[in-house]
Amino acid sequence: MSGFVPLHLALVIPLAGAVLIALLGRWPNVREAVTLATGVALFWFVASLAPHVLAGATPGVLLVRLLPGGLSLVLRLEPLGMLFALVASGLWIVTSLYSIGYMRGHGEAHQTRFYVCFAVSICAAMGVALAGNLLTLFLFYEVLTLSTYPLVSHHGTRKAMKGARTYLGILVTTSVAFLLLAVAWTWVLAGTLDFRVGGILAGQAEDGVLLVLLALFVFGTGKAAVMPVHRWLPAAMVAPTPVSALLHAVAVVKAGVFTIMKVVIYVFGLDLLTTTGISVWLMYAAGFTVIAGSLVAMAQDNLKRRLAYSTVSQLSYIVLGAALANAWGVVGGSMHIAMHAFGKITLFFCAGAIYVAAHKTEISDMRGLGRAMPITMAAFLIGALSVVGVPPLGGSWSKWYLALGALDAGQILFVAVLMVSSLLNIAYLVPIPIRAFFSKPADGSDPPRFKEAPAFCVAALSFTALGCIVLFFLADDVYRLLVPLGGG
Amino acid sequence: MSEAIQAQLPVLQVVIPLLAAPLCIILRRRSLVLPFATGVCWLTFLVSVFLLGDVLEAGVISYELGGWAAPWGIEYRVDALAAFVLLFVSGIAALVLTWAPRSLNDEIPASRHYLFCTLYLLCVTGLLGIAITGDLFNVFVFLEVSALSSYALIALGGRRQALPAAFQYLVMGTIGATFILIGIGLMYQMTGTLNMADMAGRLPAVEGVRTALVAFGFLTVGIALKMALFPLHVWLPNAYAYAPSVVSAFIAATATKVSVYILLRFMFSVFGLEFSFEQLGLGRALMPLALAGIFVASTVAIFQRNVKRMLAYSSVAQIGYMVLGISFATATGLTGGIVHLFNHALIKGGLFMAMGCVMLQLHSVDLDDMAGVGRAMPWTMAAWALGGLGLIGVPATAGFISKWYLIQAALERNSLIVAVLLLLSSLLALVYVWRVIETAFFHEPSARAREAREAPLSMLVPTWVLLGATVLFGIYTRYSAGVAEQAAEAVLRGLP
Repeated sequence: MSGFVPLHLALVIPLAGAVLIALLGRWPNVREAVTLATGVALFWFVASLAPHVLAGATPGVLLVRLLPGGLSLVLRLEPLGMLFALVASGLWIVTSLYSIGYMRGHGEAHQTRFYVCFAVSICAAMGVALAGNLLTLFLFYEVLTLSTYPLVSHHGTRKAMKGARTYLGILVTTSVAFLLLAVAWTWVLAGTLDFRVGGILAGQAEDGVLLVLLALFVFGTGKAAVMPVHRWLPAAMVAPTPVSALLHAVAVVKAGVFTIMKVVIYVFGLDLLTTTGISVWLMYAAGFTVIAGSLVAMAQDNLKRRLAYSTVSQLSYIVLGAALANAWGVVGGSMHIAMHAFGKITLFFCAGAIYVAAHKTEISDMRGLGRAMPITMAAFLIGALSVVGVPPLGGSWSKWYLALGALDAGQILFVAVLMVSSLLNIAYLVPIPIRAFFSKPADGSDPPRFKEAPAFCVAALSFTALGCIVLFFLADDVYRLLVPLGGG
Repeated sequence: MSEAIQAQLPVLQVVIPLLAAPLCIILRRRSLVLPFATGVCWLTFLVSVFLLGDVLEAGVISYELGGWAAPWGIEYRVDALAAFVLLFVSGIAALVLTWAPRSLNDEIPASRHYLFCTLYLLCVTGLLGIAITGDLFNVFVFLEVSALSSYALIALGGRRQALPAAFQYLVMGTIGATFILIGIGLMYQMTGTLNMADMAGRLPAVEGVRTALVAFGFLTVGIALKMALFPLHVWLPNAYAYAPSVVSAFIAATATKVSVYILLRFMFSVFGLEFSFEQLGLGRALMPLALAGIFVASTVAIFQRNVKRMLAYSSVAQIGYMVLGISFATATGLTGGIVHLFNHALIKGGLFMAMGCVMLQLHSVDLDDMAGVGRAMPWTMAAWALGGLGLIGVPATAGFISKWYLIQAALERNSLIVAVLLLLSSLLALVYVWRVIETAFFHEPSARAREAREAPLSMLVPTWVLLGATVLFGIYTRYSAGVAEQAAEAVLRGLP
């Protein structure tokens, strides 16, 4: 397969969708139909790109030549971006279905703005996934931040505005102060910003400089939430639940870890990192975040906050995979982007469904809820087990490969980190559905009668829960897609 | 176009608005005078377009005024840099005046419109003259033409505060102009010539003499005052805040930029890179001032309640970026500084135009009154937000292009600290821009905002043209960064 591939359609489709949604805001049913149609069209287009990647091609499109010196905006398809684009566009459809149920069930205001911003965010996520150089990546990374701000501040209350300001403040500060600096510095050192197999920085600077540069990239990518730049994620929990799903599973945090993975593979190059050892500190930073995030999550009683800290912890699995800088680590980390996405989106959907149907946000109030919401709670259990990494659920594979990567790098310590973290995951996630099914409500009253969330919500969360199971069996395909990342 | 006219383009650039100015007084009728002045501005713009085309094609154009040969007569000299400045000054002048009628009706009594037009055209004449002339004394004359007319333009502002603001500007501006005049006088005394190219040739012989150093000092301080380089910026915020909207838009976009141009001309073309930067270390003096200006003015901007004042402080900060680029004295740095002249002119002009739209509808630009105005005036405020993103330097806006060059220049010189400071300063811009965006779009509407309606199309379209251009020049940079690169090279080469 070769020839011209119109990659920019991946940007045009959601953008056109956004415009249509804005124009059709007066007719909610038509508006929602446009959202879904756009989602399907986008996913269909992205899926149609897969054969190119599997055939080993990396088609590219020059969007615009920015500066006379050769700086340009480019899209280029490669395996990692393919995976991210598939996950984001696929989950967008599910999230849209869920949003329709949630936003209507909840009678939220400003729904047109909500769907427009959602579509723009997806456009940005596609841009991140398909970016062919660092500048393009940075551009869409910023668009993603700005377009999700109105979503996070959706309720417009003082608390929502404060959370949204923290969200915007941390993400923009880190990206402008560190990430942009790292991008500009890379340009000065390497004379190019293209993503190339094997990296562009080898032999361009001393180890010390490269170490600083890697740190700038990691902490500049605030969306990857490596401690101490994780504070924005819990702050963003003020948003409506579909937005949390967007942040945690579909686009935002995934864009962060994706950026780090891309930088490690295509800017530094795995060989450079393993020979110089400049990423060892990052293993420790990621390992610390994995454990600390889990510990903080255990102390949270608010379900969404607990899930948020769980995400902080899980993201660092992916960063750890990148820092290991060997084939297993990179494949495991990249695979975790997809696996965690399905697990965590299920959990968030469940949290939202519980909120809509039973108006509960605190975990201690959810005892005995299994009787009322059996489907939701069963899905929660599946999602939780996938996040823990129990077979036959998708999450088990990525942890397996990550553990192999840690062994391969001779870092036994991090195998232990992964195991301890799994135990912690069990401790803070699994009791929630178990108690919902087998305990009586805390106040001693009778268990409530059957009352599930709106059908759209239940359908969406059942679908993603099934997805966790299906991914277990699809792992081989994902592996085949990702294997070129490790260098053969 | 006939050859005869083409040969006269340099002088037409100045003479057209100069002669049109008194004609405005003769026409006097309100219904005639505005269209006339607007037409004149567009004609001037057309001339500058042709001039830029000629310069890019054929190189430097030299024009002898009245046929007197160069060192004796006055020479008009158009190189890439001059043509670039001419283009955006005349373009913005035309666009702002096209935008202005509704705003003028609202803010300036109808009986004074002809005076406004006269002053406006004189101001344009002065600014264009500064850019085009190759004669030192001529620079001073045009500087005074533009300055005197702008004092009067600012004083036309409806509020009482406009008068003290204009007076303050008058005092500070006159001090600046006097310093420049003294500097020019001393240099004439040293070299016996007023032609820039001629002087550049004669200066090396007398460089060591104390008089040359004193002249250099006077000129630097005088120009710094004129371009509102921190800490000589105190005249600027009130002047911009209390002037009529149309005057704010025009002056904020052009006046200080032309002063930066004078700095470039004197320090590079006349004194020369070697003398200014290597012997006297001008860069070491300018860089800390530029950085301090960026940080202090941006921080002060964050605390302003009046959005026009906020934009004015932001202008002081943006001047800092231009001067910072110049202070590197490298091709990349100068390109960054020069392209920021252009980009910031578009951005700030557009932002003040959007504020003019708000002023027309709300009769206030206080942040409290602007709460929720985004709902009533979505197009105006969307344009403002676009400009704001440009100020921050978000990729795909013109502001990013400038900052990219500046960061490159800093990194090329291995001053990581300057690069970091540059980026941090963008965050300050983010804070003051975001405050307005959040207030306008996400707060409950104020009493005034509830009654407001969208600005008329006659104002919206020019505003969007200008702010749309900032996005265009953030993506297609051949005619902004490309020309700026040529201009920077020309400036570094010095005069032949």
